[in-house]
Amino acid sequence: MAVRTEPFVLNMGPVHPSTHGVFRMRATLDGEVVVDIEPVFGYLHRGIEKLTEQRTYNGIVPLTDRLDYISSMSNNLAYCLAVEKLAGIKVPERAEYIRVIIAELQRIAALLIAVGAFLNDCGAYFTPFLYMFREREKIVDLFEMVSGQRLTYNYMRVGGVSQDLPEEFMPALRKFMDKMPHYMDEYDQLLMQNEILIARAKGVGILSGEQAINCSASGPVLRASGVNWDIRKADPYSIYDRFDFDIPTQTTGDCYDRYRQRVDEMRQSLRIIQQAMEQLPPGPVRAEVPHLVRPPVGEAYARLEAPKGELGFYLVSDNSIAPDRCHIRPPSLINLTALRDMVRGWKVADLIIIFGSIDITVGEIDR
Amino acid sequence: MTVSLSGKEVASKIEEKFSGSVVESSAENLVIKSDRVLDVARFLKETDGLDFDYLNFVTAVDRYDHFEVVYLLSSLEHNHSLMIKARCYDRENPALPSVVDVWQGADFQEREIYDLFGIKFEGHPNMKRIFLWDGFDGHPLRKDYI
Amino acid sequence: MATFDFNIYNLVNSQAVPPDWPGGFWWHWLFFTVVIIGFVLTLVMGVIYIERRGMGRMQSRLGPNRTGPFGLLQPVADAVKVLLKENIVPTAADKLVHWLAPVIAFAPALMLFAVIPFENGALLADLNIGILYVVAISSVSTVGIFMAGWGSSNKYSLLGAMRNVAAIVSYEIPMVLAIAGVVLIAGSLSLNQIVMAQNVPFVLLQPLGFLLFFAAGCAEINRSPFDLMEADSEIVAGFHTEYSGMKFAMFYLVEYAEAVAISAIIATLFLGGWKGPILPPWLWFIIKIILVFFAMVWTRTTLPRIRIDQLMAFAWKFLFPMSLLNLFITALQVLAGWPTELAWVMVIVNIAVMVVMVFIWSKFFFRLGGGRLEA
Repeated sequence: MAVRTEPFVLNMGPVHPSTHGVFRMRATLDGEVVVDIEPVFGYLHRGIEKLTEQRTYNGIVPLTDRLDYISSMSNNLAYCLAVEKLAGIKVPERAEYIRVIIAELQRIAALLIAVGAFLNDCGAYFTPFLYMFREREKIVDLFEMVSGQRLTYNYMRVGGVSQDLPEEFMPALRKFMDKMPHYMDEYDQLLMQNEILIARAKGVGILSGEQAINCSASGPVLRASGVNWDIRKADPYSIYDRFDFDIPTQTTGDCYDRYRQRVDEMRQSLRIIQQAMEQLPPGPVRAEVPHLVRPPVGEAYARLEAPKGELGFYLVSDNSIAPDRCHIRPPSLINLTALRDMVRGWKVADLIIIFGSIDITVGEIDR
Repeated sequence: MTVSLSGKEVASKIEEKFSGSVVESSAENLVIKSDRVLDVARFLKETDGLDFDYLNFVTAVDRYDHFEVVYLLSSLEHNHSLMIKARCYDRENPALPSVVDVWQGADFQEREIYDLFGIKFEGHPNMKRIFLWDGFDGHPLRKDYI
Repeated sequence: MATFDFNIYNLVNSQAVPPDWPGGFWWHWLFFTVVIIGFVLTLVMGVIYIERRGMGRMQSRLGPNRTGPFGLLQPVADAVKVLLKENIVPTAADKLVHWLAPVIAFAPALMLFAVIPFENGALLADLNIGILYVVAISSVSTVGIFMAGWGSSNKYSLLGAMRNVAAIVSYEIPMVLAIAGVVLIAGSLSLNQIVMAQNVPFVLLQPLGFLLFFAAGCAEINRSPFDLMEADSEIVAGFHTEYSGMKFAMFYLVEYAEAVAISAIIATLFLGGWKGPILPPWLWFIIKIILVFFAMVWTRTTLPRIRIDQLMAFAWKFLFPMSLLNLFITALQVLAGWPTELAWVMVIVNIAVMVVMVFIWSKFFFRLGGGRLEA
């Protein structure tokens, strides 16, 4: 006698402990196996692209904070790079070095959350998450010294940064840099060879290199699938060509590789910060740019390697004080294109882990 | 450094294969006729030497009398990039062929353009609104939407 | 500890004696019912506090410290909060099943304590099938959990309940086999006699059995790393998603009462029950329960969660063969008889056997990642 079964639709709704924000997935399940998945977006759509048409170029910087609210400094930087490319503004040296230090610190902070949330999804009940937050607190304290804010910093400006580093910044940064490698070794000791983590994450949700390229994936997701493409090396912006760092890649492209990729990238960021700290020159931190910037008619696309992937701003200007069109290339949304193929055939528990390993922020998806 | 290929050179290569498909070309970008987008896309992906296998983004700009859909393509192997545009002069029912079969990464981005501008992409497997709800009236990012 | 006397025909000095109560059986029953209910509820509150504070400290944060000195009244605050909440029943739920489920889940947790001795002879009912009663009763709460999952008319709950049933049925067998090893050495199923027979705590004589029972016990009560039945990050709260108010409190209590019960059984079977030098026996008992529970909190904080098919593979391919081998080796040792001079050698031999077997089995025969249904 054959048992008749039929697939049912499970709605992992916008409010769910594990969907990293207001994100909804309608999964069609056959028992525990996922047959199909349909992501539903739009719960955090605020119309940022339309709002940018009503604000001045400098006034858009706080809006960009709210995109990927976990790594606000990177969003600010990407936008400022786009405007500077459009208007042909040259940024002073000290500002460039400060931007690099801040951007790499932001990368570490965002990757800490990514790794912590991934391990939380694996079920390690907040312990690694809270340990990583301990380190993120130190970085956030550094950012508070610099900009006065803890989450949405609004620090970069067109032509540089808004204010110089205070005196207590460099000693605190040095103290952080001394302790951080030790903490990273501590995490590795507990987690890298943990049999349960390996059993949950190895071989799960494999994304091959060609598929990743076809889906326009970028960032750690692309590099974990074996593709050696990092915008800091391939198309260097700012002064990244002066620093010496490696681009780690992994081989398989499963969830474990994405986790290892993020940990390896954190170590490389520490190297960059160390070099930038030593080479920091004195000088002005902002170019002489009028408050109401009027770039010439034209368009420009500037991109940077954000913690989630390739974050780009495509600006179209018509020589007025507000942009005519500002399009944001969201790495989280585009990395999600591959989700459906990665998830088919795995179980509900794996669905959560695969989704967590892509690491999205809904503010960036919905804008 | 990523080399941005000159629109004029690539335009001549495209004209050899598909004559009459290039509307205009300049150093920064080139404009393709809207109904030839899919053929040109496949050509650009498959030709040796061009190998544009990575689609950076697809977006649209409202230029008051027409819509302009912008594609930025890259080749990871040769490390060069190219910007392509296509124009839609119809404001009531603008339509373009979809490039999802060539680059799957265009999936959600084309839905976003449909949602916010109203440009339909033919051949897309799931042409529905993505951010706004299904009964929403109008397309917000158009210049004539208040 | 000098004499090992395991000749199973020679247990005359460990006969249990029921206390000589005026009024006889019914006063004994009433007294112990009150004691058990009070003991369990108080210890559950203490254990909830230990878990929250202990987990907090291990996660480099403070844990509750506002309600009462050192946060000691936190469980009381939780209880009061939960009692005051509105009792919401989904309209599509099966009312009777939904209402009955917490009762059926909670009753066995209390009933387990009827056969656990607090001192020689101080237990509610000295059944001579004590440990068999324990195994039988602890399976009944599965029915309650499945009723909860079914009666909630919620897909998440159903998923959680199904997983739970599958897991508990699988983990019964290694648990029973580990218990069988202890029973072989002690020579009796009655828990009172098992404690009396422990001149040396059985954890030294049956280290493998202890580890197996600990793992199987953690799986039976849905504690990490086996807590996928109520996995917070996947199926919201599993079978008790749709419960609120007092019914939710019952499920919450069930989880911790069963944890206390399994700790008490481990303390009784392996650690020597109430035996100990200076302090009163009930205090030793509580200390041992808290030690075992602390080990459970420790594993919960450290390890990630394993998936349902890995859970089943772990039960069937790792715990089950090991427990069979453990039983076999124990049976050989009991049949051969232990001479008194080689007493401590036996302990060391057993510990060595455990280390070697766990090492070999986990290296060559079973890796946790191998038990997955290929996509």
